[in-house]
Amino acid sequence: MRSTRGRGGSPWTGLGTVVAKETADHLSSARMRILEALVFLTAIAAAYAAIRSIRATIGESPFLFLRLLTMAQDPLPSFIALLGFLIPLVAIALAFDAVNGEFNRRTLSRVLAQPIYRDALLLGKFLAGLLSLTIGLVSLWLLVIGLGLLLLGLPPSTEEMVRMVGFLIATIAYGGVWLALALLFSVLFRAPATAALAGLGTWLVFSLFWSVITPIIATLIAGPPEGVLGPRLAYLNVEQIIDRLSPNTLYAETALALLQPATRALGPVLISQLQGALLGAPLPVTQSFILIWPQLTGLLAAMIVIFAIAYVAFQRQEIRA
Amino acid sequence: MPGDIVIRAEALTKRYGANVAVDHVDLEVAAGEIVGILGPNGSGKTTTILMLLGLTEPTSGRAMVAGFDPLRDPLEVKRRVGYLPDQIGFYENMSARDNLAYTARLYGLSRREIDDRFVAALDRVGLSEVGHARVTTYSQGMRQRLGLAEILMKRPSVAVLDEPTTALDPHSTLEFLDMIRGLKADGTAVLLSSHHLDQVQSVCDRVALFNNGRLALSGTVTELAAQVLGGGHVIDVEARGDGLPDLLTAIPGVVRVQPLGGDRYRLDCQSDLRADIARRLAPKLDLVGIYFAAPSLNEVYARYFAEARDAVH
Repeated sequence: MRSTRGRGGSPWTGLGTVVAKETADHLSSARMRILEALVFLTAIAAAYAAIRSIRATIGESPFLFLRLLTMAQDPLPSFIALLGFLIPLVAIALAFDAVNGEFNRRTLSRVLAQPIYRDALLLGKFLAGLLSLTIGLVSLWLLVIGLGLLLLGLPPSTEEMVRMVGFLIATIAYGGVWLALALLFSVLFRAPATAALAGLGTWLVFSLFWSVITPIIATLIAGPPEGVLGPRLAYLNVEQIIDRLSPNTLYAETALALLQPATRALGPVLISQLQGALLGAPLPVTQSFILIWPQLTGLLAAMIVIFAIAYVAFQRQEIRA
Repeated sequence: MPGDIVIRAEALTKRYGANVAVDHVDLEVAAGEIVGILGPNGSGKTTTILMLLGLTEPTSGRAMVAGFDPLRDPLEVKRRVGYLPDQIGFYENMSARDNLAYTARLYGLSRREIDDRFVAALDRVGLSEVGHARVTTYSQGMRQRLGLAEILMKRPSVAVLDEPTTALDPHSTLEFLDMIRGLKADGTAVLLSSHHLDQVQSVCDRVALFNNGRLALSGTVTELAAQVLGGGHVIDVEARGDGLPDLLTAIPGVVRVQPLGGDRYRLDCQSDLRADIARRLAPKLDLVGIYFAAPSLNEVYARYFAEARDAVH
């Protein structure tokens, strides 16, 4: 494209203004409040139920605080499972009408007639969504820690705090992937309803049907799951690769390894590899982070790649309605 | 500074695939000048405007707006140009002030400047009473005025108005045209695209006529009339008696005779022939009146496109 070669002025001119305006829009919108109420209520209920069962059953464990987030108590799923399920919904709701909404309100040409590049507008919208999501998640995170302090009556250890901060960062990155995807749909589809539907469809596929689809595709590629001697490694590896195409899987693995320190591996483990291992002994924090490093970078890379696609699509669009 | 050229387009061209939307357009506009852009839908007006604003890239050709190339320095151009799109929209649940403050922050005004200029601009477009109301409550005409207020706030050296009066009632239209004259008085160069030819004629210093992506004609209305209507002098004659059309056609310098109904005829003449007509008709017929009709843009437009169609067939 000619315009990107040697054009004058910074592409980030006006970025701060766009972020400030869009964030203010998000934080004051009814849509955001409804979603936050939904996430807060369910997540706190899950954490509260976990606290009760922790108090009733275990009494002592080196990582009480972390169990708060990972323990499921019927009928509620665990806190991390709930977040994994609901965060995409929040992210989609924040961004599905980001660009096509400006088209339909006919504000886009008026805004782009001001001295900013499209780069700043799109990135500003993305960052504002991420910022709003972060504000919500951080307050939820603090609320759960506060709840734990009050009801369990003991502070989290330094190691637990480090693990929980890592979990928070992973959660934001996971939200970022869905935000970028919703932004992409808002660029591609002119009708916000279509964009929302595309986003929700993808969300359903990854959160409900992916575990159904994965074995089918893996069987097609690598043959049957069971051999004469038991499970086949070739099948398991293929299944895992396909499973990890879903951001939900990456996020669930990250959360599991960080919040359950006893997690030693995220893939199939051979018996020979277990020789000499102290089963159930926790890994040090650094080892847990090394374990989830590919998952975390995978989430960030997915976020950046999807945003880049949205960016290219937006640059190629004509402003005329 | 009045007289300085602030818009200059040289052989500006835009192609969409095999389709040529704008074909080698040359245009110059000076500061304090109002230039009307006319032409049927799809003749390349809006595309030309978008290229001048740096919102669409030209396929070839060059443009210079307010001293900058929209392709190389779109930000500098957009800092100096106010644009009123043909279908203007605002953020509905924000107040008029917040809407305008957002764009004003984008072009770098401080909070204090925003407040000062907002009050002044709203006053000029007559919306002072409702500046803090949400835009949802605005009528189409008020939105149009708000769009103009945005331009006034920006104090641009070039204002581009794309069909600004389409949705307005006659009274608002007159007021709006006055506001456009106000921009001219500020020394702003105005590009006004419109289908309302009489309005264009009443405010514009010059007119540029687009047809099929080409700049077909440009100049003052009188100059255009001279080119299209032949003489450029239009004279209406009313007389009672036989053979009036033949008598009129026989007068040297008369290019065309057109019946207006009744005993009235419209003549396109190469010069002001009123005295000549009177001398020739008076002995033979009852001459009722001879009127000098200023050339109307409507006529120029209709005639030009009628001839353009004939040329195609």
